[in-house]
Amino acid sequence: MRVHVDQEICEGHGRCYAIAPELFEPDEIGNGHEVGDGTVTPELERKARLAVGNCPERAITVEEG
Amino acid sequence: MGLHEPVEDWASDFDHTDDAWAADPFPIWNELRQTCPVAHSDRYRGVWLPTRHEDISAIAYDTERFTSRSVVVSEFRPPHEMAPAGVAPPISSDPPFHKGARRVLLPAFSPQAVDRLEPSTRAYCEELVDGLRGHDVVDAAEGYAQHIPVRVIAHMLGLPEADADRFRGFVNHVLEGVALPMEERAAGMLELFEYLKAQIDDHVAHPRDDLISYLLDAELDGEKLDFFHVGRTIALLLIAGIDTTWSAVGASLWHLAGHPADRERLVAEPELLPTAMEELLRAYAPVTMARLVREDMDFAGCPMKADDFVLLPFPAANRDPDAFDRADEVLIDREVNRHAAFGLGIHRCAGSHLARMEMRVALEVWLEAFPTFHLADPAAVRWSGGQVRGPRTLPLRMS
Ligand code: HEM
Ligand code: SF4
Repeated sequence: MRVHVDQEICEGHGRCYAIAPELFEPDEIGNGHEVGDGTVTPELERKARLAVGNCPERAITVEEG
Repeated sequence: MGLHEPVEDWASDFDHTDDAWAADPFPIWNELRQTCPVAHSDRYRGVWLPTRHEDISAIAYDTERFTSRSVVVSEFRPPHEMAPAGVAPPISSDPPFHKGARRVLLPAFSPQAVDRLEPSTRAYCEELVDGLRGHDVVDAAEGYAQHIPVRVIAHMLGLPEADADRFRGFVNHVLEGVALPMEERAAGMLELFEYLKAQIDDHVAHPRDDLISYLLDAELDGEKLDFFHVGRTIALLLIAGIDTTWSAVGASLWHLAGHPADRERLVAEPELLPTAMEELLRAYAPVTMARLVREDMDFAGCPMKADDFVLLPFPAANRDPDAFDRADEVLIDREVNRHAAFGLGIHRCAGSHLARMEMRVALEVWLEAFPTFHLADPAAVRWSGGQVRGPRTLPLRMS
């Protein structure tokens, strides 16, 4: 599984990096970015889905697999 | 507030400053959502009220047809010459100007910058609770919640903490004074700007490490922000950061005072607080924004006219059953919560990281000091109406 934040859509609500700091990090203006290439290890899948479910802008996409 | 005729028909003659809205707006919104999802009123020279999440988010995202030239509903429409910055950039600015005006603020309110303010915020909340210990009844709105954001923003901006009561007066005047005659509102604004002008002049003469000096030094498109831009942005930070956070902390304490099971659970499981806080923000979102219609057009079948106001009740969006399961219930362990308390789209609250930190620290310190509290007199609780809703009188029995 991989996650990706679309920078065109993200408005920096910061829900993703508050919920899953292992997977997302803020830049200097508070926008969220996936850590590294966005790979989600199985034990973090639940957190990844929670981040998606809490992003008010629906800026996070998930690639299954 | 009572300056306007009381509302009898919410679908055709609503008024968000009506006492019924302040006391309990939820049944009003629920009813309208089913019967008249975009209501209209001739008050304020024409204003619309959408109550469905779908419409509220569509308007928030549609910066073409809806302008932020004014975000506070009143009889008054700011002159077009105020564009592109508007009366208080960036909240009153539209694209493309908005982006830069917002960009200069964001680093000062980033999660990293906010983390650095946590120790001083916590120390201040602790000082406040220490002053409240030993009393049987405490007003949590007036004696606690109200002070925290004033102190934090004064500290950030570099304004004298001793002036706290004065800012609160200004802010009240701007937000709760929408029903006052124009001349009285203008006089209040003038007083605020004169106060800020003196403070900014002092920072020009003696730069220091604070947000006013940072803004005076900040550049937009290679040029320093002009004096008026800085002054108006500072006024915005005072106005946007104080009543809002006060309301969010107060509404949370009100909920916990009235729902002992939730309170006990948070005392027993403090790690649940961040999740619970999001639910309290959803359920009691304090801020309703507004837009002006740019040109005559149809929206959701409604004939909107240029310069009509449109209220954006994010709190009503947060209670829409089409967007949230069990929308009218407060579930402090709700895990999936795409609430819109801090707005949607390009105007997302620039202070949201700060507000969340203040709220979390305020609630942590309170619950640690006072694990048991109840509403002393539910009938004595008074909520502010208008566009920022929260408890202004909140007597709690502390045992
Ligand atoms: C719980 C507390 C707060 C709530 C619920 C809240 C809510 C909001 C909302 C809904 C907006 C969107 C405006 C729009 O769509 O037109 C907004 C914008 C804004 N807020 Fe907050 N706010 C809070 C606290 C703060 C604080 C503490 C500050 C800073 C001191 C702040 C500064 C701002 C600014 C500067 C904007 C304008 C952003 C822009 O237009 O780009 N807010 N706020
Ligand atoms: S939660 Fe969504 S909008 Fe917020 S920072 Fe993360 S991706 Fe961006």
